[in-house]
Amino acid sequence: MAILREQVLHVAQLARLALTDEEVERFTRQLGAILDAVGKVAELDLADVEPTAHPLDLVNVWRADEPRPSLAADDALANAPAREQGAFRVPPRRA
Amino acid sequence: MIDTLRLTAEEASGLLERGEVSPAELHAAYLGAIEERDGELNAYLRTVAELDGEGVPIAFKDLISTRGVETTAGSRILSGYTPVFDATVATRCREAGLPLLGKTNMDEFAMGSSTENSGFGPTRNPWDPERVPGGSSGGSAAAVAAGLAPWALGSDTGGSVKQPAALCGVVGLRPTYGTVSRYGILAFASSLDQIGPLTKTVRDCALLYRTIAGRDPCDSTTVDLPGPVELPEGEDLRRVRIGLPRQMLELEGIEPGVARAVESALDLARELGAEVAECELPRSVEYGLPCYYLIAPAEASSNLARYDGVRYGLRVDEAWELDAMYERTRDAGFGDEPKRRIMLGTYALSAGYYEAYYGQAQKVRTLIRREHEAVFECFDLIASATSPTVAFPLGAKTQNPLAMYASDLLTIPSNLAGLPGLSIPCGLADALPVGLQLIGPQFSENLLFRAGHALEQALAFDAVPARLAGAAT
Amino acid sequence: MNRWEPVIGLEIHVHLKTRTKMFCACAVEYGAEPNTLTCPVCLGHPGTLPVPNARAVEWTVKLGLALGCEIAAHAVFHRKNYFYPDLAKGYQISQYDEPLCRDGRFLVPTAEGELEVGIVRAHLEEDAAKIVHVGGAGGRIGGADYSLVDYNRAGTPLVEIVTRPDLRSADDARRFLQLLRQTIVELGISDAEMEKGTLRADANISVRRAGDTGLRTRTELKNMNSFSFIARGIEAELARQVEVWESGGEVVQQTYDFHADTGALTARRTKEEAEDYRYFPEPDLVPLSPPPELVEPVRRQLPELPGARVGRLRADLDFEAATGLVTSGRDRLFEAVVAAGGEPRPTANVLMNQFATAGVDPAAVEADEFAKLIAARDRIPRDTFLRAVAESGRPGFAAEPYLAEAAISDTDALAPLVERVLAENPKQVASYRGGKEGVLGFFVGQVMRETRGKADPKVVNELVREKLRA
Ligand SMILES: [Mg+2]
Ligand SMILES: [Zn+2]
Repeated sequence: MAILREQVLHVAQLARLALTDEEVERFTRQLGAILDAVGKVAELDLADVEPTAHPLDLVNVWRADEPRPSLAADDALANAPAREQGAFRVPPRRA
Repeated sequence: MIDTLRLTAEEASGLLERGEVSPAELHAAYLGAIEERDGELNAYLRTVAELDGEGVPIAFKDLISTRGVETTAGSRILSGYTPVFDATVATRCREAGLPLLGKTNMDEFAMGSSTENSGFGPTRNPWDPERVPGGSSGGSAAAVAAGLAPWALGSDTGGSVKQPAALCGVVGLRPTYGTVSRYGILAFASSLDQIGPLTKTVRDCALLYRTIAGRDPCDSTTVDLPGPVELPEGEDLRRVRIGLPRQMLELEGIEPGVARAVESALDLARELGAEVAECELPRSVEYGLPCYYLIAPAEASSNLARYDGVRYGLRVDEAWELDAMYERTRDAGFGDEPKRRIMLGTYALSAGYYEAYYGQAQKVRTLIRREHEAVFECFDLIASATSPTVAFPLGAKTQNPLAMYASDLLTIPSNLAGLPGLSIPCGLADALPVGLQLIGPQFSENLLFRAGHALEQALAFDAVPARLAGAAT
Repeated sequence: MNRWEPVIGLEIHVHLKTRTKMFCACAVEYGAEPNTLTCPVCLGHPGTLPVPNARAVEWTVKLGLALGCEIAAHAVFHRKNYFYPDLAKGYQISQYDEPLCRDGRFLVPTAEGELEVGIVRAHLEEDAAKIVHVGGAGGRIGGADYSLVDYNRAGTPLVEIVTRPDLRSADDARRFLQLLRQTIVELGISDAEMEKGTLRADANISVRRAGDTGLRTRTELKNMNSFSFIARGIEAELARQVEVWESGGEVVQQTYDFHADTGALTARRTKEEAEDYRYFPEPDLVPLSPPPELVEPVRRQLPELPGARVGRLRADLDFEAATGLVTSGRDRLFEAVVAAGGEPRPTANVLMNQFATAGVDPAAVEADEFAKLIAARDRIPRDTFLRAVAESGRPGFAAEPYLAEAAISDTDALAPLVERVLAENPKQVASYRGGKEGVLGFFVGQVMRETRGKADPKVVNELVREKLRA
């Protein structure tokens, strides 16, 4: 189950990873080999098997609707790469 | 003089209780050992000089959030990131009075089996610095093995506590999924990640597990333990039925030295009264690895989306455009392995592929759970080697992701089933430690400790790496 | 548009007015300083985990029941993955193929009968952060210099309701939304104010030849923040689509914004590739399986819903009046006033007009007193009546002083009284007409006594003279 270069580029775009040409070439090769190996799961006929999303069969874990103190504004922004007027500053998206 | 190479946490606790050593002396002894030996090993990413607690000091894998102490998960994308809150396990250790020694090295975002994928240089194996300590909790395992911490916490997603424990000759527990809070643990694969202790002895392991386990209201996936954690005392294995999965025994790629060490440990188990017989886990062994390498990367691709340069961590924004900022930041911040897994996981979840990959893997996971349940109808525990190999040379597998992934062949199946597993050192092969993996049903930690302790006593493994044995005075 | 049939479905987001956010314990408040209602969880700090708000779950069940939905025995949170700074985690926790509520129907009374709107689903999710675009062309995203992100809103609970494409006109859509809004408000789970953004609606719009059953390409209309904008926006988009088809073109699947100020529709930037959200079950959360102990009490305690009440009012009123009363929250007062003797039509009229204009809270009004006002509405002067209506919500309001005040100032109201006094005292009338002008005082006194002293003696004097002269 090989993966095509275009698919690698598409996935990199979805995942917001800028790849160099060398990386695209290498990852195409490596992901192809990995997909070959993991594609093995398709061999099994599991039409009647329920998926396991979670190892414990828990349901209905929730909390009461009671507020607790939020972070101090300085803590909220402490690690921000850029901030302005108490907000996180980010570059604009250009079309 | 405190011999940190040999001192167990339990012994250290005794020294403190009896007033023979002060908390500051104990803490300083480990910082001294780190100073002395970590230049070579690189087990720590940073140490904590202030003493915060009166108990036995501890080291945390660098994916455990510590308020005010940089936490990077071994990734450059989090260089300089300082949490504003503590992980629940950090809080529990603090409440138990365990002062932090420092944060240990790891494969970036816990993705790896050798700690070579760290963004801050590899950790080396205290038994042989030309070899890897295993991973991803290689820093924690190496620290305990080299006497740089009496005990440590690691995390285990596909085998990241058990496998480095085996390769470094220490004890490692991967607890039942849901018994230890993940709150504040930098996530790799949410449905698999568990925090576990790395210690010198099984009793230390039980002590530390007792400290960190239990339901956490901040983690919806945790549960209360069915009963208290018991410190193991007994030295026999009477009436314990141990199953040996035939497919694990016959696995291609198990090193003969590893097989021999495991075999003699099982002989010892029989002598201690255990009933040992073969059992079957065909699907789990054959499909465990493929299943894991779909589920874990899929969850990781989503868990690692938050590293986007907006709220914390690295930002590269020379183009001052949003998508360029995202792409450049993530390209510069993540190493190859996270990139590979993010892409693999993104692909496995993407339109048109979900059913064939992620959806199918979740169904395989059901098969693996059922297969384990069936084995536990006839057996109390499952035993196998922890790792097919002993510690391998640095660089041996870095060019071949699949070969690296195979390091976790034996630890992955029970992890997918959410089961607890204990690795204890069971001997040497080529002068390197071999680990024995014991797997139990969910919430069977007490039985694992009891069996592990009995075997440990009988095996009398000397956990001090031979080359360091003369180092302490 | 006889030849084209509109096909409209709505997607509505409702902010729940819980005290805390959906997955963390930060308070939900509006207008706080940026990023002061945040914590490691809603900022998406590494290692943090969501814990669901029980009340948000209960309220979604409540809304689902009011929409006639089935409550799922097993509901799952999914992650919806995409990159944008308003998402702190790189994904939104939402629900996908196993929502909490599904397969409902909501009945909207219309002049022609009941319009049944199918509800595909109602699910629970978290809201995104607020982004302000700075610089460039008027704060729009296109030419901004940079953006500022405030995570106070991030993680607040939202219910998303998706209807079937059962609406056949912009007016239907507006009516449906108004009744839905009233239902939500009465359930006490949200303020549902479009102006504040606590109720938001997007429309999926297509047209087809009347009689066709298939569906043509639809467009999505977003960013409409009032009921009238929604109706106008849909009208505009329907007209646009008809024109495209009529001129031999083809409607393209796209998202539009309606600009109420100019009436223009602008297409959003089309992406080269469709979004791929890579939904998968949120592994940090366990499934919801609302137990009967949760669902049944909620079901039992559901109030009578607005739609049903419109139907009931139709016995007395036309459709517009009935709907108006219910969607304005005045129907309960209407019924009480009618029960106290108020005539239905005038009561409805007053409530929908003078009462509405005065902005009185219906809940504060004493129905008996209001019924007296309604009964006297033609006998008292208009400005007095308006004043009385405006005051009707005051504590201790009584109609009597206004009715009495009317007698004092209003000659028309006093005239019958004067005539009666004259008619009852023929002897005195005769003596007055016989020249004894002093008898005038007697008549005035009688009228004053009848009005308990509240009539203006000057006006009475005038009236008595005038009547005796006749
Ligand atoms: Mg939504
Ligand atoms: Zn919060």
